[in-house]
Amino acid sequence: MTAIVDYGVGNLFSLESSLNAIGERVRVTPEAQDIMKADRVILPGVGAFGDAAKKLRDSGLDQAVLQAAEAEKPVMGICLGMQLLFEKSFEYGEHPGLGLLHGEVRPIRELLEAAGADPEKKLKIPQMGWNALRFRKESSLFRYIEEGDHVYFVHSYAAAGCEDSLLADTEYGTFLTACVGKGNVFGCQFHPEKSGNVGLKILKAFCEMGRADA
Amino acid sequence: MITKRIIPCLDVKDGRVVKGVNFQGLGDVDSPVRLARYYSDCGADELVFYDITASAEGRALFTDILRETARRVFIPLTVGGGIGTVDDFDRVLKCGADKVSVNSGAIRDPSLIGKAARKYGDQCVVLSVDVKRVDGVFRVFARGGRENTGLEALEWIRRGVGEGAGEIVVNSIDTDGVKQGFDLEMLEAVCRVAKVPVIASGGAGCVEDFLTLFRTLPGVDAGLAASIFHFGEVRIADLKDAMAAAGIPARREGAKRI
Repeated sequence: MTAIVDYGVGNLFSLESSLNAIGERVRVTPEAQDIMKADRVILPGVGAFGDAAKKLRDSGLDQAVLQAAEAEKPVMGICLGMQLLFEKSFEYGEHPGLGLLHGEVRPIRELLEAAGADPEKKLKIPQMGWNALRFRKESSLFRYIEEGDHVYFVHSYAAAGCEDSLLADTEYGTFLTACVGKGNVFGCQFHPEKSGNVGLKILKAFCEMGRADA
Repeated sequence: MITKRIIPCLDVKDGRVVKGVNFQGLGDVDSPVRLARYYSDCGADELVFYDITASAEGRALFTDILRETARRVFIPLTVGGGIGTVDDFDRVLKCGADKVSVNSGAIRDPSLIGKAARKYGDQCVVLSVDVKRVDGVFRVFARGGRENTGLEALEWIRRGVGEGAGEIVVNSIDTDGVKQGFDLEMLEAVCRVAKVPVIASGGAGCVEDFLTLFRTLPGVDAGLAASIFHFGEVRIADLKDAMAAAGIPARREGAKRI
C-alpha cells in the first residue's frame, strides 16, 4: 500500500486516481500511523514552500515522513513535495525543508540569470507545460520510460546544488532539476499524475519499489 | 525545450458533448469521458471542458462527469463556463480540474481573479477573453460573445494578469468559425502585453494554420480548437507530426499505454 501524505495542501484526487489506474492500493491520509504502516510514501504539494513546510511540521507529519525514509521505505516527493525534501528554500525568504536531500530551492529567474541564459528568449515564469527529460543517472524509476519523454511541469522555483541526487533535468533556458533520487528517497519536480502514460510509468516504477516480490 | 501545446475544447451540456462530434469507429462520441480519453491517447496536451449548462441538475451532472474524467485521464484539465465565485473554483477543483477558466464572471467581478489566485495559485487561474474589433479597437465581449462590455481588450488582459491570472486564452470572435487561420494580429498585440502563457483560440481550419501560428508568433504557447478536432478535419497525431517536421517543439506520446 502507498500512503499519500495529506497535510492540507492541494487536491490529491488526481494523484490518488493515477495510482488507482496502475492498480496500486492507496491511502490518502493525515495520520502518522498510516504512513508508518505503508510500504511506500508519496509527499505531494502545491503552493508556497514556507506555508507548506509549516503545515507539514504543524501536523507532525514531517516526523512520519522522516521516519519512513529512515526505515528505508521508498519516499517520493512531487512538485512542491519534492522541493520539501531539500535542506532549504529561498521562496519568499528562507525556509528549512526536511533535509533528506542535499541542495536548496531557488527561483528559476535567478537560476536563468546565473546560467547566463539569453534574456532575448523571454522565458515565461512559471515554466508551465510539457518538457523533455534528460537523464543524468540511471535509476529504476526510469525503467519503463525513455530519455526525451515529455512530462508536465508547473513551477517557478527549482532545486539547485543537488548534483549528488540529480537523476534527470530539463532544458528551459538552462537545465532545471526535474527528477532526483538518492537511496530510497526520490522526487519529481513535474507532475507524474498529469503526465499521461509517461507519468503513469514513473509511478508504476516507484510502486514496484519496496515490494517483497520485486 | 518546452513544447507548444495543442488543446481540444469540449462544450458540455447536460452531461453530453455538444457542437457535434463525428469520429469514425468511436460509437458513443458525445460522452465527454470517452472523448477526453480518446484525445489523451491521441496526444492532446491538455483538455478544456466548457460547461454550457444552465440548470442546477446539469451542473451537478457536469461535476460528476468531471470527476469521472479526472479518474481516467491523466493530462491537465481546465474547466470553464459559469465560474463566478471562489466557491465555483472550489467545486470544480475538488472534482479533479487543474485549472479554472474565468470569462464573464471576472468581468462582473474583477476581484475574483485575485481572490482565486491567492487561494489556489496563479497557475490555476486562466483568464479567457472573447475579443472583437469594433471601429478598429479590440473590445471585450461577454455572455458568449453577445454583449460588448466596452472594455478595451489589451487593457483588460493587462489588468487580469496584474490581478493574478496565470494564463490567457484569447478567442477572436472575428476569426472564430471562419477556418481561415488564427487572428495573428490580435494575438501579437496580446503577446506584447501578457507576460504569462497565451493560448490562441478561434479560426484554425487546418494543420497549416497551427504551423503558421507558432512560426509567426513565438510568444504563443498553445493552440486551442474544438470542431476541427471533433470532426476529424485535423487529427492531433498528424498535427504533432507536422509540428515536429517543421521544427516546432511538440510532445508526441501517441497511445502507448502501460
